[in-house]
Amino acid sequence: MTQSVVVQVGQCGNQVGCRFWDLALREHAAVNKKGIYDEALSSFFRNVDTRSAGDGPGIYKGKICSLKARALLIDMEEGVVNEILQGPLRDVFDSKQLITDVSGSGNNWAVGHKVYGCQYQENIVEKLRKTAEHCDCLQCFFVIHSMGGGTGSGLGTFVLNLLEDEFPEVYRFVTAVYPSGEDDVITSPYNSVLAMKELNEHADCVLPIENESLFDIVNKIHQMMNSGKLGSTVKPNSLVTSSAGITKAVQEKPFDAMNNIVANLLLNLTSSARFEGSLNMDLNEISMNLVPFPRLHYLVSSLTPLYTLADVNVPSRRLDQMFSDAFSRDHQLIQADPKHSLYLACALLVRGNVQVSDLRRNIERLKPSLHFVSWNQEGWKTGLCSVPPVGHSHSLLALANNTCVKPTFMELRDRFMRLYKKKAHLHHYLQVDGMEQSCFSEAVLSLSDLIEEYNELDATKGGPRADPSRLKIAV
Amino acid sequence: MSLVTVQLGQCGNQIGREVFNAICSDVHGTHGLCSKKENESYHDACKERFFIEAESGVPVARAVLVDMEPKVISQTLSIAAKSGYWKYDDHSHFCQKQGSGNNWANGYTVHGPRHKEAIMNLVQKEAEKCDRLGGFFTIMSMAGGTGSGLGAFVTQCLRDAFPSSFILNHVIWPYGTGESSDALLVHENDVIHKICAQLMHMKQISFKDVNQVIAHQLGSVFQPTYTAEDGIHYSRNPLGDLMETLVPHPEFKMLGLRNIPQMPENSLAYSTFSWPGLIKHLRQMLIANAKMEEGIDWQVQPPRPGSSVPSSHSTNKLLHFNTSIANLVILRGKDTHSADLGSFRDPSLYTSWLNPQDAFSAWKTPRAFNKYEKSASLVSNSQFLLKPLDNVVRKAWNMFASKAYVHQYTKYGIEEEDFLDSFTALEQVISSYTIL
Repeated sequence: MTQSVVVQVGQCGNQVGCRFWDLALREHAAVNKKGIYDEALSSFFRNVDTRSAGDGPGIYKGKICSLKARALLIDMEEGVVNEILQGPLRDVFDSKQLITDVSGSGNNWAVGHKVYGCQYQENIVEKLRKTAEHCDCLQCFFVIHSMGGGTGSGLGTFVLNLLEDEFPEVYRFVTAVYPSGEDDVITSPYNSVLAMKELNEHADCVLPIENESLFDIVNKIHQMMNSGKLGSTVKPNSLVTSSAGITKAVQEKPFDAMNNIVANLLLNLTSSARFEGSLNMDLNEISMNLVPFPRLHYLVSSLTPLYTLADVNVPSRRLDQMFSDAFSRDHQLIQADPKHSLYLACALLVRGNVQVSDLRRNIERLKPSLHFVSWNQEGWKTGLCSVPPVGHSHSLLALANNTCVKPTFMELRDRFMRLYKKKAHLHHYLQVDGMEQSCFSEAVLSLSDLIEEYNELDATKGGPRADPSRLKIAV
Repeated sequence: MSLVTVQLGQCGNQIGREVFNAICSDVHGTHGLCSKKENESYHDACKERFFIEAESGVPVARAVLVDMEPKVISQTLSIAAKSGYWKYDDHSHFCQKQGSGNNWANGYTVHGPRHKEAIMNLVQKEAEKCDRLGGFFTIMSMAGGTGSGLGAFVTQCLRDAFPSSFILNHVIWPYGTGESSDALLVHENDVIHKICAQLMHMKQISFKDVNQVIAHQLGSVFQPTYTAEDGIHYSRNPLGDLMETLVPHPEFKMLGLRNIPQMPENSLAYSTFSWPGLIKHLRQMLIANAKMEEGIDWQVQPPRPGSSVPSSHSTNKLLHFNTSIANLVILRGKDTHSADLGSFRDPSLYTSWLNPQDAFSAWKTPRAFNKYEKSASLVSNSQFLLKPLDNVVRKAWNMFASKAYVHQYTKYGIEEEDFLDSFTALEQVISSYTIL
């Protein structure tokens, strides 16, 4: 069994991360009735004997003593991390897993990346090493941060660089939250584009998320709940947005529902690696199958179902509906419509009581309405995990490598250019040691190249003009 | 003689488990519809071939389980042990912590060399436990990283370590041929799935169902039979006999498997079959390249001698009529001695290389298999697999021409040259089978 480490950077990263740990504990608690520290738990948690002084060596088998998350929490302001440490999850984190400062990055990528990066580099590396040492077989780093701010985007991408240098063989999955059009941070386009260059070059896989999409999904659920259209009652803890975790939050905070969606995404992504199934899909397989060209590693994700009705019976129809929904525009976690763009590859991670015949039937049904690149007409990667998420009998996570990310990136570039042409706010960045104008021009070039690659694919539908002629054998 | 099974990757291990299950349940559960003495002979031959008698009385499968990640192996070991009828040796497995990531190069260039010694040690141990080693039976999928990549590497190691033993690779499509193995027995998931849906009337088909069908088909071939006409003893060298009858030339070693009848278990009691009927169907399945006993195209007939040469020489058109190099039919059950297999000896079914009497062999046993009163299997070295192979190569070539995914392989040391070599080899095989 392999282990993964979560690195959460900045306010957004830490808030999402917090929701992830809460839900992960709930999920394992539902499955692990005997309180034994098993392999599934060890993928994300250490089992520590806190009675012994100091660090406490890890306990590898037997009863659960005290679970510690395999995580690194980094923020240049104290507020968010402090709140976590005072909240119900305080025992899940080791004080040695935190790196905080006081004044924050002022929404400035350069401060996050160059100033704090430099300042905390050694500290970060040391803590990463420690966490890695506690792992038997470290497979993957999950980095969570926003793109629009200063710490998440700047320091977050700095850490990404470090991960590549220090642990080149370990996969780097980044969950990046992109700013929406009406973002309240004016310099978010600068921060995002500067961070994009780093993601292009140093991440193995990126799961872009847009706040706007999360918001729409949350609203949709509220509408459904309040409209009374649903015949039966909705199981409350089945909501993809619910916080019914170990923390019984009486009053949910504004971003909690949205963050829960992202947390569920990560849980589903790693489910096959943690639990058993008839067709396992490990994280390295996701990267292998979904990334045909090294730079095109942006995966559009969608989660279904959003809630489960209290009916116990699940007729095929509902199962099929789950598959259809995964491809609809409203279930995507970024503002994109994969159905009308070109697929390079697609992965379906199914959890719960679903058989291979259901999977095949649905793929056959949906295939005609989807456009796949010519050389990957059957570019479907599937995984079946037998353990469903809490409150559901089955669920589906779809990951698409699809050219529908292009508009998101093009808009980002446009917003960047609007500011950059007027040199607005540039001085805040340039006055940071190590920042030059060329950083900006290189970053936007990197983004443009990426957009160009997607354009190329769209234009040629991914294939050469005619079927390439096969090798001829002399008879 | 005993067979050592090497199960590779998730697919290989899941199928391997079903195969041993099928063999065990055939031996224990069913009556066999023959004399007690016959039954005992069968029982003993089967035991020797696949199991070792342990002190506890529970037979231990002669198998080595290999996977690069631990979940499937631990599941396989525990499910087997729970059955109470048989189990695996607790030490006969090898696994690592992290899989091969669906990457052939990872399985072949990284995991292979790294773990060669450990794996071969386990194989050696199993081989030594055999009084007489009949050969190796490896099971793997071709689509994953461990099965295909590590599988190819292990096959080569087996060949190096046991140069005179027979090696039969059982592969689940989609790609690959092997240089080191003596023969490749291929199963396509799509085909098995159809069998489950149409013949077995399964509504919700799981991998377990698919694997059970595969296991039934494999069992029908490898359970003991008499190979000589005056069978007194059960054949002692199944793999060797198989190779001898079916693989006259190393360039032609792709074998397809058909088994009839296949039906849901609860229909068995109500069905009766006759040998002429079964044989007729099986022959037409061969000629028309049908995958199962429904939907056979009865129009297709072998060319009559003296008629114009069919379009078999155009390399792009794939034929309707399935030419065979050699065939083996295995009959199990009541009254096999009365079954007339003359229609399979028709020379027009075969290429002209072998004498018609050498091109066809039959193995029989009066002992019924797995509750089927009569069952017939066909192992065929023919153009069965030409179309699927051609499809797979076409898709792979398209991908390669667009340079898709190539970087994932080059980072493990596989160069474009290596890809080209593989393509060339496969095109050679396709060409050879096309012009039969």
